[in-house]
Amino acid sequence: MTTAELAESRPVLKPAKPARSARPLVKHKRAILLFLAPFGVLFALFYLLPIGYAVYQSLLVVQRDGTFGPPVEVFGGLTQYVAVFQNEAFWASVGRVLLFGVVQVPVMLGFALVLALLLDSPLVKGKKFFRLAYFVPYAVPGVIAAIMWGYLYSPNLSPFTALTGSFEFLSPQFVLWAIANVVTWVYVGYNMLIIYSSLLAIPSEIYEAAKLDGASQLQIALRIKIPLVVPAITLTAIFSIIGTLQLLAEPQVFRSFTSSVSSTFTPNMAVYATSAVPNVNLAAAMSVVLALATFAMSFAFLKFTQRKADA
Amino acid sequence: MSRTAAMIVMLVSTVYFLLPVWWLFTSASKTREQFGNTNGLVFGDFNLFQNIGQLFAYNDGIYLRWMLNSVLYAGAGALIGTVISAMCGYALAKYRFPGRELIFNVVLGGVLVPATALALPLFLIFSQVGATNTFWSVFLPSLVNPFGVYLARIYASASVPDELLEAARIDGSGEVRTFFTVARRLMTPALVTIFLFQFVAIWNNFFLPLIMLRDESLFPVTLGLYTWNSQVNQIPEIRTYVIIGAFVSIIPLVIAFLSLQRFWQSGLGSGSLK
Repeated sequence: MTTAELAESRPVLKPAKPARSARPLVKHKRAILLFLAPFGVLFALFYLLPIGYAVYQSLLVVQRDGTFGPPVEVFGGLTQYVAVFQNEAFWASVGRVLLFGVVQVPVMLGFALVLALLLDSPLVKGKKFFRLAYFVPYAVPGVIAAIMWGYLYSPNLSPFTALTGSFEFLSPQFVLWAIANVVTWVYVGYNMLIIYSSLLAIPSEIYEAAKLDGASQLQIALRIKIPLVVPAITLTAIFSIIGTLQLLAEPQVFRSFTSSVSSTFTPNMAVYATSAVPNVNLAAAMSVVLALATFAMSFAFLKFTQRKADA
Repeated sequence: MSRTAAMIVMLVSTVYFLLPVWWLFTSASKTREQFGNTNGLVFGDFNLFQNIGQLFAYNDGIYLRWMLNSVLYAGAGALIGTVISAMCGYALAKYRFPGRELIFNVVLGGVLVPATALALPLFLIFSQVGATNTFWSVFLPSLVNPFGVYLARIYASASVPDELLEAARIDGSGEVRTFFTVARRLMTPALVTIFLFQFVAIWNNFFLPLIMLRDESLFPVTLGLYTWNSQVNQIPEIRTYVIIGAFVSIIPLVIAFLSLQRFWQSGLGSGSLK
Protein backbone atom coordinates (compact mmCIF):
# COMPACT_ATOMS: atom_id res chain seq x y z
CA MET A 1 0.00 0.00 0.00
CA THR A 2 1.42 3.34 -0.95
CA THR A 3 1.12 6.42 1.11
CA ALA A 4 -1.22 7.95 -1.41
CA GLU A 5 -3.59 4.96 -1.17
CA LEU A 6 -3.43 5.04 2.59
CA ALA A 7 -4.33 8.69 2.64
CA GLU A 8 -7.24 8.03 0.31
CA SER A 9 -8.69 5.17 2.34
CA ARG A 10 -8.88 7.40 5.36
CA PRO A 11 -12.01 9.46 5.83
CA VAL A 12 -11.31 13.05 5.02
CA LEU A 13 -11.30 15.14 8.14
CA LYS A 14 -13.55 18.10 7.65
CA PRO A 15 -13.88 20.78 10.25
CA ALA A 16 -17.04 19.57 11.98
CA LYS A 17 -19.93 21.96 11.86
CA PRO A 18 -21.08 22.54 15.39
CA ALA A 19 -24.63 21.25 15.74
CA ARG A 20 -26.61 24.14 17.11
CA SER A 21 -29.63 22.49 18.60
CA ALA A 22 -31.65 23.67 21.59
CA ARG A 23 -30.27 20.95 23.86
CA PRO A 24 -26.61 20.40 24.57
CA LEU A 25 -25.24 17.33 22.86
CA VAL A 26 -24.92 14.33 25.15
CA LYS A 27 -22.10 12.03 24.21
CA HIS A 28 -22.37 8.25 24.71
CA LYS A 29 -26.12 8.38 25.29
CA ARG A 30 -26.61 4.65 24.82
CA ALA A 31 -23.81 3.71 27.20
CA ILE A 32 -25.17 6.07 29.87
CA LEU A 33 -28.64 4.56 29.55
CA LEU A 34 -27.20 1.08 29.73
CA PHE A 35 -25.26 1.93 32.90
CA LEU A 36 -28.19 3.64 34.61
CA ALA A 37 -31.02 1.34 33.56
CA PRO A 38 -30.50 -1.76 35.77
CA PHE A 39 -30.20 0.20 39.00
CA GLY A 40 -32.82 2.70 37.87
CA VAL A 41 -35.44 0.05 37.12
CA LEU A 42 -34.87 -1.84 40.38
CA PHE A 43 -34.77 1.39 42.38
CA ALA A 44 -38.07 2.46 40.84
CA LEU A 45 -39.69 -0.94 41.42
CA PHE A 46 -38.45 -1.72 44.91
CA TYR A 47 -37.86 1.74 46.41
CA LEU A 48 -40.02 4.39 44.78
CA LEU A 49 -43.02 2.20 44.01
CA PRO A 50 -43.33 0.86 47.60
CA ILE A 51 -43.12 4.41 48.98
CA GLY A 52 -45.86 5.51 46.60
CA TYR A 53 -47.93 2.41 47.34
CA ALA A 54 -47.57 2.88 51.09
CA VAL A 55 -48.80 6.47 50.76
CA TYR A 56 -51.74 5.25 48.63
CA GLN A 57 -52.66 2.48 51.09
CA SER A 58 -52.41 4.87 54.00
CA LEU A 59 -55.12 7.05 52.45
CA LEU A 60 -57.68 4.20 52.38
CA VAL A 61 -60.09 3.04 55.03
CA VAL A 62 -62.02 -0.23 55.19
CA GLN A 63 -65.79 0.18 55.29
CA ARG A 64 -68.53 -2.40 55.60
CA ASP A 65 -72.10 -2.27 54.33
CA GLY A 66 -73.89 -2.82 57.60
CA THR A 67 -72.43 -5.21 60.15
CA PHE A 68 -72.15 -8.24 57.88
CA GLY A 69 -71.46 -6.64 54.52
CA PRO A 70 -68.22 -7.37 52.65
CA PRO A 71 -65.35 -5.04 53.52
CA VAL A 72 -64.60 -2.41 50.89
CA GLU A 73 -61.61 -0.09 50.78
CA VAL A 74 -62.62 3.50 50.19
CA PHE A 75 -60.68 6.77 50.12
CA GLY A 76 -60.47 8.08 53.64
CA GLY A 77 -58.20 11.10 53.34
CA LEU A 78 -55.98 11.49 56.36
CA THR A 79 -58.14 9.26 58.59
CA GLN A 80 -55.30 6.77 59.09
CA TYR A 81 -52.84 9.52 59.99
CA VAL A 82 -55.26 10.82 62.60
CA ALA A 83 -55.40 7.26 63.90
CA VAL A 84 -51.59 7.07 63.96
CA PHE A 85 -51.39 10.31 65.92
CA GLN A 86 -53.95 8.99 68.39
CA ASN A 87 -52.24 5.62 68.71
CA GLU A 88 -50.62 5.73 72.12
CA ALA A 89 -48.67 2.50 71.69
CA PHE A 90 -47.07 3.88 68.53
CA TRP A 91 -46.01 7.14 70.19
CA ALA A 92 -44.76 5.27 73.23
CA SER A 93 -42.57 3.23 70.88
CA VAL A 94 -41.32 6.38 69.14
CA GLY A 95 -40.49 7.96 72.50
CA ARG A 96 -38.66 4.79 73.51
CA VAL A 97 -36.39 4.69 70.46
CA LEU A 98 -35.74 8.44 70.72
CA LEU A 99 -34.64 8.00 74.35
CA PHE A 100 -32.58 5.03 73.21
CA GLY A 101 -30.99 7.07 70.42
CA VAL A 102 -30.22 10.12 72.56
CA VAL A 103 -28.23 7.93 74.96
CA GLN A 104 -26.93 5.05 72.86
CA VAL A 105 -25.75 6.88 69.72
CA PRO A 106 -23.44 9.36 71.56
CA VAL A 107 -22.12 6.62 73.87
CA MET A 108 -21.40 4.29 70.94
CA LEU A 109 -19.81 6.99 68.75
CA GLY A 110 -17.82 8.39 71.69
CA PHE A 111 -16.51 4.91 72.41
CA ALA A 112 -15.70 4.40 68.72
CA LEU A 113 -13.94 7.78 68.52
CA VAL A 114 -11.80 7.08 71.61
CA LEU A 115 -10.75 3.68 70.25
CA ALA A 116 -10.01 5.17 66.82
CA LEU A 117 -7.88 7.96 68.34
CA LEU A 118 -6.01 5.46 70.51
CA LEU A 119 -5.38 3.22 67.51
CA ASP A 120 -4.08 6.24 65.61
CA SER A 121 -1.81 7.39 68.46
CA PRO A 122 1.76 6.19 69.02
CA LEU A 123 0.72 4.95 72.49
CA VAL A 124 -0.72 1.64 71.35
CA LYS A 125 1.07 -1.49 70.17
CA GLY A 126 -0.55 -4.37 68.27
CA LYS A 127 -2.84 -2.11 66.25
CA LYS A 128 -3.68 -4.73 63.68
CA PHE A 129 -4.93 -7.18 66.29
CA PHE A 130 -7.08 -4.63 68.12
CA ARG A 131 -8.57 -3.33 64.90
CA LEU A 132 -9.74 -6.79 63.91
CA ALA A 133 -10.80 -7.84 67.43
CA TYR A 134 -13.09 -4.81 67.71
CA PHE A 135 -14.54 -5.46 64.29
CA VAL A 136 -15.49 -9.11 64.91
CA PRO A 137 -18.94 -8.34 66.44
CA TYR A 138 -19.94 -6.57 63.22
CA ALA A 139 -19.88 -9.98 61.55
CA VAL A 140 -22.56 -11.15 64.00
CA PRO A 141 -26.10 -10.45 62.71
CA GLY A 142 -28.40 -8.53 65.07
CA VAL A 143 -30.60 -11.58 65.58
CA ILE A 144 -27.65 -13.77 66.58
CA ALA A 145 -26.12 -11.04 68.77
CA ALA A 146 -29.44 -10.69 70.59
CA ILE A 147 -29.67 -14.46 71.10
CA MET A 148 -26.11 -14.52 72.52
CA TRP A 149 -26.67 -11.62 74.87
CA GLY A 150 -30.06 -13.04 75.82
CA TYR A 151 -28.20 -16.00 77.31
CA LEU A 152 -25.43 -13.82 78.77
CA TYR A 153 -28.09 -11.77 80.60
CA SER A 154 -29.98 -14.85 81.75
CA PRO A 155 -30.14 -15.24 85.56
CA ASN A 156 -29.32 -18.98 85.50
CA LEU A 157 -27.59 -19.80 82.17
CA SER A 158 -25.18 -16.86 82.04
CA PRO A 159 -21.48 -17.37 82.78
CA PHE A 160 -21.86 -14.29 84.98
CA THR A 161 -24.61 -15.60 87.25
CA ALA A 162 -23.03 -13.80 90.19
CA LEU A 163 -24.04 -10.58 88.46
CA THR A 164 -27.14 -11.60 86.51
CA GLY A 165 -28.57 -13.52 89.46
CA SER A 166 -28.72 -10.37 91.59
CA PHE A 167 -29.40 -7.76 88.91
CA GLU A 168 -32.21 -8.31 86.43
CA PHE A 169 -30.93 -6.99 83.10
CA LEU A 170 -34.15 -7.93 81.34
CA SER A 171 -36.52 -6.23 83.78
CA PRO A 172 -39.00 -3.71 82.31
CA GLN A 173 -36.97 -0.75 83.65
CA PHE A 174 -33.67 -1.95 82.27
CA VAL A 175 -34.39 -3.98 79.14
CA LEU A 176 -34.05 -0.94 76.83
CA TRP A 177 -30.45 -0.48 78.02
CA ALA A 178 -29.79 -4.20 77.76
CA ILE A 179 -30.75 -3.85 74.08
CA ALA A 180 -28.62 -0.69 73.79
CA ASN A 181 -25.62 -2.70 74.96
CA VAL A 182 -26.23 -5.34 72.26
CA VAL A 183 -26.43 -2.68 69.53
CA THR A 184 -23.33 -0.93 70.91
CA TRP A 185 -21.43 -4.21 71.03
CA VAL A 186 -22.18 -4.93 67.36
CA TYR A 187 -21.53 -1.47 65.90
CA VAL A 188 -18.66 0.17 67.84
CA GLY A 189 -15.99 -1.60 65.78
CA TYR A 190 -17.64 -0.70 62.47
CA ASN A 191 -17.93 2.97 63.41
CA MET A 192 -14.42 2.94 64.83
CA LEU A 193 -13.05 1.71 61.49
CA ILE A 194 -14.84 4.44 59.52
CA ILE A 195 -13.38 7.11 61.83
CA TYR A 196 -9.97 5.41 61.90
CA SER A 197 -9.67 5.25 58.10
CA SER A 198 -10.48 8.92 57.99
CA LEU A 199 -7.74 9.58 60.59
CA LEU A 200 -5.26 7.63 58.47
CA ALA A 201 -6.01 9.92 55.54
CA ILE A 202 -4.70 12.97 57.44
CA PRO A 203 -1.15 13.75 56.25
CA SER A 204 1.25 13.44 59.19
CA GLU A 205 3.01 16.73 58.40
CA ILE A 206 0.02 18.44 59.97
CA TYR A 207 1.03 17.02 63.37
CA GLU A 208 4.71 17.85 63.05
CA ALA A 209 4.27 21.56 63.64
CA ALA A 210 2.04 20.92 66.63
CA LYS A 211 4.61 18.51 68.10
CA LEU A 212 7.39 21.04 67.64
CA ASP A 213 5.27 23.52 69.55
CA GLY A 214 5.14 20.99 72.38
CA ALA A 215 1.52 19.88 71.99
CA SER A 216 0.62 16.66 73.83
CA GLN A 217 -1.07 13.69 72.15
CA LEU A 218 -4.29 14.67 73.88
CA GLN A 219 -4.09 18.22 72.55
CA ILE A 220 -3.32 16.97 69.05
CA ALA A 221 -6.32 14.66 69.26
CA LEU A 222 -8.70 17.34 70.51
CA ARG A 223 -7.50 20.30 68.44
CA ILE A 224 -6.42 18.72 65.19
CA LYS A 225 -7.67 15.18 64.70
CA ILE A 226 -11.27 15.43 65.90
CA PRO A 227 -12.12 18.53 63.80
CA LEU A 228 -10.65 16.82 60.75
CA VAL A 229 -12.72 13.64 61.12
CA VAL A 230 -16.04 15.44 61.64
CA PRO A 231 -17.30 14.32 58.18
CA ALA A 232 -16.67 10.68 59.12
CA ILE A 233 -18.40 11.11 62.48
CA THR A 234 -21.34 12.79 60.72
CA LEU A 235 -21.67 9.80 58.40
CA THR A 236 -21.63 7.31 61.27
CA ALA A 237 -24.10 9.45 63.21
CA ILE A 238 -26.58 9.52 60.34
CA PHE A 239 -26.41 5.77 59.90
CA SER A 240 -26.83 5.30 63.64
CA ILE A 241 -29.90 7.55 63.73
CA ILE A 242 -31.43 5.61 60.84
CA GLY A 243 -30.56 2.34 62.57
CA THR A 244 -32.05 3.42 65.89
CA LEU A 245 -35.43 4.32 64.43
CA GLN A 246 -35.44 0.99 62.58
CA LEU A 247 -34.72 -1.07 65.67
CA LEU A 248 -36.48 -4.42 65.32
CA ALA A 249 -34.44 -7.62 65.37
CA GLU A 250 -32.88 -7.28 68.85
CA PRO A 251 -36.08 -6.44 70.78
CA GLN A 252 -38.06 -8.96 68.74
CA VAL A 253 -35.60 -11.69 69.77
CA PHE A 254 -35.68 -10.56 73.40
CA ARG A 255 -39.40 -11.30 73.46
CA SER A 256 -38.53 -14.97 73.83
CA PHE A 257 -36.25 -14.21 76.82
CA THR A 258 -38.46 -11.80 78.73
CA SER A 259 -42.00 -10.49 78.88
CA SER A 260 -40.64 -6.95 79.41
CA VAL A 261 -40.64 -6.35 75.64
CA SER A 262 -44.15 -5.66 74.36
CA SER A 263 -45.26 -6.46 70.81
CA THR A 264 -45.17 -2.71 70.04
CA PHE A 265 -41.85 -1.97 71.77
CA THR A 266 -40.34 -0.12 68.77
CA PRO A 267 -42.04 1.65 65.83
CA ASN A 268 -41.17 -1.15 63.43
CA MET A 269 -42.56 -3.75 65.82
CA ALA A 270 -45.73 -1.65 66.00
CA VAL A 271 -45.91 -1.69 62.19
CA TYR A 272 -45.45 -5.47 62.19
CA ALA A 273 -48.02 -6.06 64.95
CA THR A 274 -50.55 -3.72 63.30
CA SER A 275 -50.18 -5.34 59.89
CA ALA A 276 -50.70 -8.75 61.50
CA VAL A 277 -54.02 -7.66 63.07
CA PRO A 278 -54.59 -7.15 60.07
CA ASN A 279 -54.92 -3.41 59.75
CA VAL A 280 -52.79 -2.86 56.68
CA ASN A 281 -53.85 0.73 56.05
CA LEU A 282 -52.96 1.89 59.53
CA ALA A 283 -49.65 -0.01 59.35
CA ALA A 284 -48.92 1.67 56.00
CA ALA A 285 -49.58 5.08 57.55
CA MET A 286 -47.18 4.20 60.38
CA SER A 287 -44.52 3.18 57.85
CA VAL A 288 -44.91 6.50 56.05
CA VAL A 289 -44.66 8.49 59.28
CA LEU A 290 -41.60 6.50 60.30
CA ALA A 291 -39.88 6.93 56.92
CA LEU A 292 -40.59 10.67 56.92
CA ALA A 293 -39.38 11.07 60.49
CA THR A 294 -36.15 9.18 59.74
CA PHE A 295 -35.56 11.13 56.57
CA ALA A 296 -36.25 14.45 58.29
CA MET A 297 -34.01 13.67 61.27
CA SER A 298 -31.00 12.49 59.28
CA PHE A 299 -31.43 15.34 56.81
CA ALA A 300 -31.69 17.91 59.61
CA PHE A 301 -28.63 16.45 61.30
CA LEU A 302 -26.69 16.59 58.03
CA LYS A 303 -27.65 20.24 57.42
CA PHE A 304 -26.95 21.16 61.04
CA THR A 305 -23.43 19.74 61.00
CA GLN A 306 -22.75 21.25 57.57
CA ARG A 307 -23.72 24.69 58.79
CA LYS A 308 -21.56 24.28 61.86
CA ALA A 309 -18.63 23.22 59.70
CA ASP A 310 -19.09 26.23 57.42
CA ALA A 311 -19.39 28.70 60.27
CA MET B 1 -2.47 9.94 78.53
CA SER B 2 0.14 7.43 79.46
CA ARG B 3 1.00 4.36 77.48
CA THR B 4 -0.25 2.05 80.26
CA ALA B 5 -3.62 3.74 80.52
CA ALA B 6 -4.03 3.53 76.74
CA MET B 7 -3.19 -0.17 76.68
CA ILE B 8 -5.59 -0.86 79.58
CA VAL B 9 -8.43 0.77 77.64
CA MET B 10 -7.52 -1.31 74.58
CA LEU B 11 -7.35 -4.59 76.50
CA VAL B 12 -10.57 -4.06 78.46
CA SER B 13 -12.31 -3.23 75.17
CA THR B 14 -10.92 -6.41 73.63
CA VAL B 15 -12.43 -8.46 76.45
CA TYR B 16 -15.79 -6.72 75.97
CA PHE B 17 -15.85 -7.42 72.23
CA LEU B 18 -14.45 -10.94 72.21
CA LEU B 19 -15.74 -12.53 75.41
CA PRO B 20 -19.31 -13.08 74.11
CA VAL B 21 -17.89 -14.75 71.00
CA TRP B 22 -15.62 -16.89 73.18
CA TRP B 23 -18.64 -17.87 75.29
CA LEU B 24 -20.50 -18.87 72.13
CA PHE B 25 -17.55 -21.01 71.02
CA THR B 26 -17.19 -22.85 74.33
CA SER B 27 -20.96 -23.29 74.66
CA ALA B 28 -21.31 -24.63 71.13
CA SER B 29 -18.71 -27.28 71.91
CA LYS B 30 -20.40 -28.61 75.06
CA THR B 31 -22.83 -31.45 75.54
CA ARG B 32 -26.39 -30.56 76.42
CA GLU B 33 -25.95 -31.33 80.15
CA GLN B 34 -22.73 -29.37 80.42
CA PHE B 35 -24.31 -26.27 78.87
CA GLY B 36 -26.51 -25.94 81.94
CA ASN B 37 -24.13 -26.99 84.68
CA THR B 38 -20.58 -25.90 83.79
CA ASN B 39 -18.94 -22.47 83.74
CA GLY B 40 -19.83 -20.75 80.48
CA LEU B 41 -16.35 -19.48 79.73
CA VAL B 42 -14.35 -22.72 79.95
CA PHE B 43 -14.54 -25.79 77.75
CA GLY B 44 -16.34 -28.92 78.85
CA ASP B 45 -15.81 -32.08 76.82
CA PHE B 46 -14.93 -30.88 73.36
CA ASN B 47 -18.05 -32.03 71.58
CA LEU B 48 -18.16 -29.41 68.82
CA PHE B 49 -18.03 -31.68 65.79
CA GLN B 50 -20.61 -34.15 67.09
CA ASN B 51 -22.83 -31.14 67.89
CA ILE B 52 -22.44 -29.75 64.39
CA GLY B 53 -23.25 -33.19 62.97
CA GLN B 54 -26.44 -33.32 65.01
CA LEU B 55 -27.34 -29.77 64.02
CA PHE B 56 -26.98 -30.60 60.33
CA ALA B 57 -29.09 -33.74 60.73
CA TYR B 58 -31.86 -32.20 62.83
CA ASN B 59 -35.24 -31.88 61.15
CA ASP B 60 -34.01 -33.27 57.78
CA GLY B 61 -31.09 -30.86 57.59
CA ILE B 62 -33.21 -27.71 57.61
CA TYR B 63 -30.27 -25.75 59.08
CA LEU B 64 -28.02 -26.46 56.09
CA ARG B 65 -30.86 -25.37 53.86
CA TRP B 66 -31.08 -22.06 55.74
CA MET B 67 -27.34 -21.50 55.44
CA LEU B 68 -27.53 -22.22 51.73
CA ASN B 69 -30.44 -19.78 51.38
CA SER B 70 -28.49 -17.08 53.21
CA VAL B 71 -25.44 -17.66 51.01
CA LEU B 72 -27.65 -17.38 47.94
CA TYR B 73 -29.62 -14.30 49.08
CA ALA B 74 -26.49 -12.52 50.30
CA GLY B 75 -23.86 -13.83 47.86
CA ALA B 76 -25.76 -13.57 44.59
CA GLY B 77 -27.64 -10.49 45.81
CA ALA B 78 -24.50 -8.59 46.77
CA LEU B 79 -22.70 -9.61 43.59
CA ILE B 80 -25.44 -8.39 41.25
CA GLY B 81 -26.14 -5.43 43.52
CA THR B 82 -22.49 -4.35 43.41
CA VAL B 83 -22.33 -4.53 39.61
CA ILE B 84 -25.45 -2.43 39.09
CA SER B 85 -24.49 0.10 41.80
CA ALA B 86 -21.02 0.41 40.29
CA MET B 87 -22.37 0.98 36.76
CA CYS B 88 -24.80 3.61 38.00
CA GLY B 89 -22.24 5.38 40.21
CA TYR B 90 -19.65 5.29 37.42
CA ALA B 91 -22.08 6.81 34.91
CA LEU B 92 -22.98 9.55 37.40
CA ALA B 93 -19.30 10.31 37.99
CA LYS B 94 -17.86 10.10 34.49
CA TYR B 95 -20.49 11.37 32.05
CA ARG B 96 -22.23 14.71 31.74
CA PHE B 97 -25.90 14.55 30.92
CA PRO B 98 -29.04 16.44 31.84
CA GLY B 99 -30.71 15.20 35.01
CA ARG B 100 -27.47 13.84 36.46
CA GLU B 101 -27.67 15.80 39.70
CA LEU B 102 -31.37 15.05 40.04
CA ILE B 103 -30.75 11.30 39.77
CA PHE B 104 -27.90 11.50 42.26
CA ASN B 105 -30.02 13.44 44.75
CA VAL B 106 -32.90 10.97 44.46
CA VAL B 107 -30.46 8.12 45.11
CA LEU B 108 -29.00 10.02 48.08
CA GLY B 109 -32.52 10.47 49.42
CA GLY B 110 -32.83 6.70 49.09
CA VAL B 111 -29.86 6.29 51.45
CA LEU B 112 -31.81 8.18 54.10
CA VAL B 113 -35.02 6.15 53.75
CA PRO B 114 -34.87 3.23 56.15
CA ALA B 115 -35.07 -0.11 54.38
CA THR B 116 -37.40 -1.50 57.03
CA ALA B 117 -39.96 1.21 56.26
CA LEU B 118 -40.15 -0.41 52.82
CA ALA B 119 -40.73 -3.95 54.10
CA LEU B 120 -44.47 -3.66 54.65
CA PRO B 121 -45.26 -1.81 51.37
CA LEU B 122 -43.08 -4.34 49.54
CA PHE B 123 -45.12 -7.11 51.11
CA LEU B 124 -48.34 -5.42 49.96
CA ILE B 125 -47.02 -5.04 46.41
CA PHE B 126 -45.79 -8.63 46.22
CA SER B 127 -49.12 -9.89 47.54
CA GLN B 128 -50.89 -7.91 44.78
CA VAL B 129 -49.07 -10.08 42.24
CA GLY B 130 -49.26 -13.20 44.39
CA ALA B 131 -45.49 -13.42 44.82
CA THR B 132 -45.05 -13.31 48.61
CA ASN B 133 -43.45 -16.35 50.21
CA THR B 134 -41.10 -16.80 47.25
CA PHE B 135 -37.33 -16.62 46.86
CA TRP B 136 -37.69 -13.57 44.61
CA SER B 137 -39.73 -11.59 47.13
CA VAL B 138 -36.65 -11.40 49.37
CA PHE B 139 -33.96 -11.53 46.70
CA LEU B 140 -35.05 -8.78 44.30
CA PRO B 141 -35.56 -5.92 46.82
CA SER B 142 -32.15 -6.74 48.35
CA LEU B 143 -30.39 -5.87 45.09
CA VAL B 144 -31.05 -2.16 45.48
CA ASN B 145 -28.27 -0.44 47.41
CA PRO B 146 -28.34 3.38 47.10
CA PHE B 147 -25.32 3.74 49.38
CA GLY B 148 -23.37 1.55 46.95
CA VAL B 149 -24.15 4.01 44.15
CA TYR B 150 -23.00 6.87 46.34
CA LEU B 151 -19.72 5.12 47.21
CA ALA B 152 -19.13 4.08 43.60
CA ARG B 153 -19.67 7.60 42.35
CA ILE B 154 -17.29 9.14 44.87
CA TYR B 155 -14.66 6.50 44.25
CA ALA B 156 -14.97 6.65 40.45
CA SER B 157 -14.59 10.46 40.47
CA ALA B 158 -11.46 10.18 42.57
CA SER B 159 -9.74 7.16 41.06
CA VAL B 160 -10.69 6.86 37.38
CA PRO B 161 -8.90 9.62 35.42
CA ASP B 162 -10.71 11.07 32.40
CA GLU B 163 -7.48 10.94 30.37
CA LEU B 164 -7.41 7.17 30.75
CA LEU B 165 -10.98 6.87 29.45
CA GLU B 166 -10.08 9.13 26.52
CA ALA B 167 -7.08 6.93 25.77
CA ALA B 168 -9.29 3.84 25.80
CA ARG B 169 -11.71 5.57 23.39
CA ILE B 170 -8.89 6.44 21.02
CA ASP B 171 -7.83 2.79 21.13
CA GLY B 172 -11.34 1.94 19.96
CA SER B 173 -12.65 0.41 23.15
CA GLY B 174 -16.40 0.79 23.59
CA GLU B 175 -17.75 2.56 26.67
CA VAL B 176 -19.11 -0.62 28.24
CA ARG B 177 -15.94 -2.56 27.61
CA THR B 178 -13.86 0.26 29.08
CA PHE B 179 -15.97 0.13 32.22
CA PHE B 180 -15.64 -3.62 32.66
CA THR B 181 -11.88 -3.65 31.99
CA VAL B 182 -10.20 -0.34 32.86
CA ALA B 183 -12.59 1.26 35.33
CA ARG B 184 -13.45 -1.97 37.13
CA ARG B 185 -9.80 -2.58 37.93
CA LEU B 186 -9.26 0.94 39.27
CA MET B 187 -12.44 0.75 41.34
CA THR B 188 -11.67 -2.62 42.93
CA PRO B 189 -11.27 -1.42 46.55
CA ALA B 190 -14.62 0.37 46.37
CA LEU B 191 -16.27 -2.62 44.70
CA VAL B 192 -15.06 -5.05 47.37
CA THR B 193 -16.29 -2.64 50.04
CA ILE B 194 -19.71 -2.29 48.42
CA PHE B 195 -19.94 -6.06 47.98
CA LEU B 196 -18.99 -6.87 51.56
CA PHE B 197 -21.28 -4.34 53.18
CA GLN B 198 -24.21 -5.26 50.97
CA PHE B 199 -23.47 -8.92 51.73
CA VAL B 200 -23.63 -8.16 55.45
CA ALA B 201 -26.78 -6.08 55.06
CA ILE B 202 -28.58 -8.90 53.25
CA TRP B 203 -27.17 -11.59 55.54
CA ASN B 204 -28.43 -9.61 58.57
CA ASN B 205 -31.74 -8.65 57.01
CA PHE B 206 -34.54 -9.73 59.27
CA PHE B 207 -37.70 -7.69 58.75
CA LEU B 208 -38.17 -8.37 55.04
CA PRO B 209 -37.92 -12.19 55.30
CA LEU B 210 -39.94 -12.11 58.53
CA ILE B 211 -42.80 -10.32 56.80
CA MET B 212 -42.51 -12.05 53.37
CA LEU B 213 -41.84 -15.72 54.09
CA ARG B 214 -44.04 -18.41 55.58
CA ASP B 215 -42.34 -21.46 54.11
CA GLU B 216 -39.51 -22.62 56.42
CA SER B 217 -37.45 -23.96 53.53
CA LEU B 218 -37.05 -20.42 52.13
CA PHE B 219 -35.80 -18.87 55.39
CA PRO B 220 -32.38 -17.28 55.69
CA VAL B 221 -30.41 -18.53 58.68
CA THR B 222 -31.21 -15.48 60.85
CA LEU B 223 -34.96 -16.00 60.53
CA GLY B 224 -34.55 -19.75 61.03
CA LEU B 225 -32.59 -19.31 64.26
CA TYR B 226 -35.10 -16.70 65.40
CA THR B 227 -37.99 -19.14 65.00
CA TRP B 228 -36.04 -21.87 66.79
CA ASN B 229 -35.17 -19.51 69.62
CA SER B 230 -38.81 -18.57 70.09
CA GLN B 231 -39.69 -22.29 70.38
CA VAL B 232 -37.16 -23.00 73.15
CA ASN B 233 -39.84 -22.87 75.85
CA GLN B 234 -41.93 -25.53 74.12
CA ILE B 235 -39.04 -27.70 72.86
CA PRO B 236 -36.18 -27.33 75.39
CA GLU B 237 -33.73 -29.58 73.49
CA ILE B 238 -33.76 -27.11 70.61
CA ARG B 239 -31.68 -24.69 72.72
CA THR B 240 -28.48 -26.60 71.92
CA TYR B 241 -29.20 -26.23 68.21
CA VAL B 242 -29.80 -22.48 68.61
CA ILE B 243 -26.38 -22.07 70.26
CA ILE B 244 -24.47 -24.27 67.81
CA GLY B 245 -26.39 -22.82 64.88
CA ALA B 246 -25.55 -19.28 66.00
CA PHE B 247 -21.87 -20.20 66.22
CA VAL B 248 -21.75 -21.88 62.81
CA SER B 249 -23.65 -19.02 61.15
CA ILE B 250 -21.09 -16.35 62.06
CA ILE B 251 -18.07 -18.31 60.79
CA PRO B 252 -18.54 -17.49 57.05
CA LEU B 253 -18.76 -13.76 57.69
CA VAL B 254 -15.77 -13.69 60.02
CA ILE B 255 -13.71 -15.56 57.41
CA ALA B 256 -14.91 -13.27 54.61
CA PHE B 257 -13.96 -10.16 56.56
CA LEU B 258 -10.57 -11.44 57.67
CA SER B 259 -9.56 -12.66 54.21
CA LEU B 260 -10.69 -9.54 52.36
CA GLN B 261 -9.58 -6.96 54.93
CA ARG B 262 -6.91 -5.27 52.85
CA PHE B 263 -9.59 -4.34 50.31
CA TRP B 264 -12.39 -3.11 52.51
CA GLN B 265 -10.22 -1.23 54.95
CA SER B 266 -8.97 1.03 52.19
CA GLY B 267 -12.41 1.40 50.65
CA LEU B 268 -14.19 2.15 53.90
CA GLY B 269 -12.61 5.56 54.34
CA SER B 270 -13.71 6.81 50.96
CA GLY B 271 -17.37 7.09 51.96
CA SER B 272 -16.73 10.01 54.25
CA LEU B 273 -14.33 11.92 52.05
CA LYS B 274 -15.63 15.23 50.94
